[in-house]
Amino acid sequence: MKTNQVSNAFLPFLAPMLAIVAALIVGAFLIALTGVNPLHAYTILFRESLANYYGIGNTLTKMAPLLLTASGVLVGLRAGQLNIGGEGQIHMGGLGAALVGLYVHGLPMWIHIPLALIGGFLLGAIWGGIAGYLKAFRGVNEVITTLLLNYIALNIISYLVQRPMIEPGAASPFTPIISDSAKLPILMPGGLAHAGIFIGLIATMVLGWLFRRSPLGYQIEVVGQNPTAARYAGMSVSRTIMFVMALAGGLAGLAGAGEVMGLKHRLFETISPGYGYEAVAIALLSRGSFTGVIFTSLFFGALRSGANVLQREAGIPFTIVYAIQGLTVLFIAISLAVESNLLHRVSLRMNRLKPAGVKL
Amino acid sequence: MVHLRLEGITKRFGSFVANDSISLEVQSGEIHAILGENGAGKTTLMNVLSGLYQPDSGQIHLEGVPVHLTSANDAIQHGIGMIHQHFMLVPQLSVAENIVLGTEFGLRLNLRQKMEQVRSMSNRYRLQVDPSAIVGDLSVGMQQRVEILKVLYRGARVLILDEPTAVLTPLEVESLFIILRQLAAAGHTILFISHKLDELLNLCDKVTVLRQGQVVETLPIQSVTKEILAQLMVGRKVLFSLDKGIPNPGSTILDVQNLYVKDDRHLPAIEGVTFQLRTGEILGIAGVDGNGQRELADAIAGLRSVAEGKICLEGIDITEWSVRQRIQQLHIGYIPEDRQRIGLVMNLSIAKNLILKAFKQLPFCKNWLLQDSIIDAHAIHAIKQFDVRAIDEQVSVSNLSGGNQQKVILARELSGHPKLIIAMQPCRGLDVGATEYVQKQLLIERQRGAAILYISTELEEVMTMSDRIAVMYRGQFMDILDAAHATIETVGVLMMGEKVSKVLDTIPATTST
Repeated sequence: MKTNQVSNAFLPFLAPMLAIVAALIVGAFLIALTGVNPLHAYTILFRESLANYYGIGNTLTKMAPLLLTASGVLVGLRAGQLNIGGEGQIHMGGLGAALVGLYVHGLPMWIHIPLALIGGFLLGAIWGGIAGYLKAFRGVNEVITTLLLNYIALNIISYLVQRPMIEPGAASPFTPIISDSAKLPILMPGGLAHAGIFIGLIATMVLGWLFRRSPLGYQIEVVGQNPTAARYAGMSVSRTIMFVMALAGGLAGLAGAGEVMGLKHRLFETISPGYGYEAVAIALLSRGSFTGVIFTSLFFGALRSGANVLQREAGIPFTIVYAIQGLTVLFIAISLAVESNLLHRVSLRMNRLKPAGVKL
Repeated sequence: MVHLRLEGITKRFGSFVANDSISLEVQSGEIHAILGENGAGKTTLMNVLSGLYQPDSGQIHLEGVPVHLTSANDAIQHGIGMIHQHFMLVPQLSVAENIVLGTEFGLRLNLRQKMEQVRSMSNRYRLQVDPSAIVGDLSVGMQQRVEILKVLYRGARVLILDEPTAVLTPLEVESLFIILRQLAAAGHTILFISHKLDELLNLCDKVTVLRQGQVVETLPIQSVTKEILAQLMVGRKVLFSLDKGIPNPGSTILDVQNLYVKDDRHLPAIEGVTFQLRTGEILGIAGVDGNGQRELADAIAGLRSVAEGKICLEGIDITEWSVRQRIQQLHIGYIPEDRQRIGLVMNLSIAKNLILKAFKQLPFCKNWLLQDSIIDAHAIHAIKQFDVRAIDEQVSVSNLSGGNQQKVILARELSGHPKLIIAMQPCRGLDVGATEYVQKQLLIERQRGAAILYISTELEEVMTMSDRIAVMYRGQFMDILDAAHATIETVGVLMMGEKVSKVLDTIPATTST
């Protein structure tokens, strides 16, 4: 039995690792097709994402929104909700932060920053909460509502930055720069990395703790795994779902706030290049573990930041990196299937062993 | 003539041996029972026979010829047909369509001709069903006939029935037995899997008892009794007459007045039910599944809203109370009908399942934190007290056997000395040993002074456990009988919705309260 427990603890890390290695190997062939030595390409990829000053900074910048949004998606998954509305929630969060950053003046930094973050969280939470309400009290599938709410959010932002919020005389639709007092501090001088990554790490750790230790986490877990049992035990399934969806939206909203306050310093139409969708993949690949989300976000962030340099220095198209990303997802999905098969056998054996070994 | 012969069939799952060199001979036209507790290897053996599993070693012989069954399709080609406990029918399709489903691969389907074929076949086997009826409209007993016709249509000569009576009323069981006897007389060989001893004794010619994956013995039915079979199956003596102790009912604790409840489709499920339940008393509720028992239990537990009427516990009107209010302020234990779907969160540990209803309360939650050490200690204590067989309290309940899962629920629901216990099918799917255990625990609670509502579709179970028996039919209580005077016949008739007075001339006279 001991070996089982060890392997159970070890498996969640082993499988994604193997999947990543497999994806890199297949990716190597794709790179070779473009006429570049794969080893050379991977060296650049690694150096420019994890092994030099600017690379690390870039990676952390990409990782921050991924981490926050993916944590939100994971919270939803724990409650049995698949939230694919990260993209819309990020944009709404960006809007919330931009509103506070642009139109509230004269505050010291230590009030203005938290206030803008709260603004981002709130608008994201409202956006997730709408889907949560529709699911919990009206029975509308959350996959559909969150997806559709993405378009509504993007169009609202699009309108706002073209009309009421546009910077006078701007060359393209964007808002003016937010107040300095609402800008997140830069972590590494001369680089892009901002304090958003800390917000992400703290949020993820708090969530991990919440699910391990708090009654609220327990309730979400029960609702996610067996809503019938939750109802039977007197828990309010609808309110839990609504809460979880709002929390998920709020976390994505924080990601958007981070983008506006730390990186772009203004709001425009595409502050997120698809982080919301990538977060779904990250959350699914992290298989319920908040630690897993941290590492998977780091990997995806590194791929994104390395991809730019790869194109510039080795002439490898951006799309190859995306292909590697896709391959990772594919291989992890395969490893999940293989592993659940494996676990099923193990549990079958454990289950059967007991009644046979010690009779009832 | 030997129709089916198994020779040293062994099937392993990892290091666990589910079937340990099982050898078996079944004659043509024989009804052969396979008896064993849950986990004894019955289902594995049947899956080997129906081609779903390949044995690791051993050989199946059909009429003296060794065969290798590689799939369910292959098995049916060899004339082995399996009738599952849960029917594999498409409710939207007609009987004839269900029967021919998967056998026709041409572009044209002459349904009229098929219907005639099915009709003549059902006449031949005296299995009366209307080929054009929609399966979803048929009663459970009729659906089972369709299942049997389905395998016969495919040319099955060996029929395997997996606990076929679990879903039937006593009358339907009788007619199933008549059908099976006819089929056997016509030369079909029948393997009948069950753990209901009375049925086996009544129906079968021979019985093979399995225990821990091995054949304990194969015996002709004339040479065995219920006691012998039970002992062979469990490996120790089993007492059939529960020592119930003297009933000592006290004051009325639950008072249900003129209750009306609707089901999930907003159709009336309970129509005007009135009864009282006293402390130290077990009120059994008999009835065919789906006559409002589920809704009654849910209404008392607060899971279903009451359309009309009143539920009072200890004189307090709790009709409008929420589930949470009832859990926190009243002492009600509710053993739900489906432990895996309702009563447990399968992937959580035993410890986490035990706090399902009390996770927000002291001592499990203090200062907004779950107190892991207290939760674990509580679980260790409960595991010991209720004799749950598990490696430790962190094992997820999905790894437990059915009996042990039910013990976890008992441990949770009986803790804190509930005044009212609603037990909905508490022994469903449990083997003899576990059933005995659950019933004993409930009797201990009754002795302590708990009032118990014992709902079951197993008539005999209700008869053994109850002090009074209410019979439910279409959302109403047909009658409430004193258990001391009630007979299987009277209750059986009431279960069919007939008033006893109407059929008194055909049934021996019985008293009712």
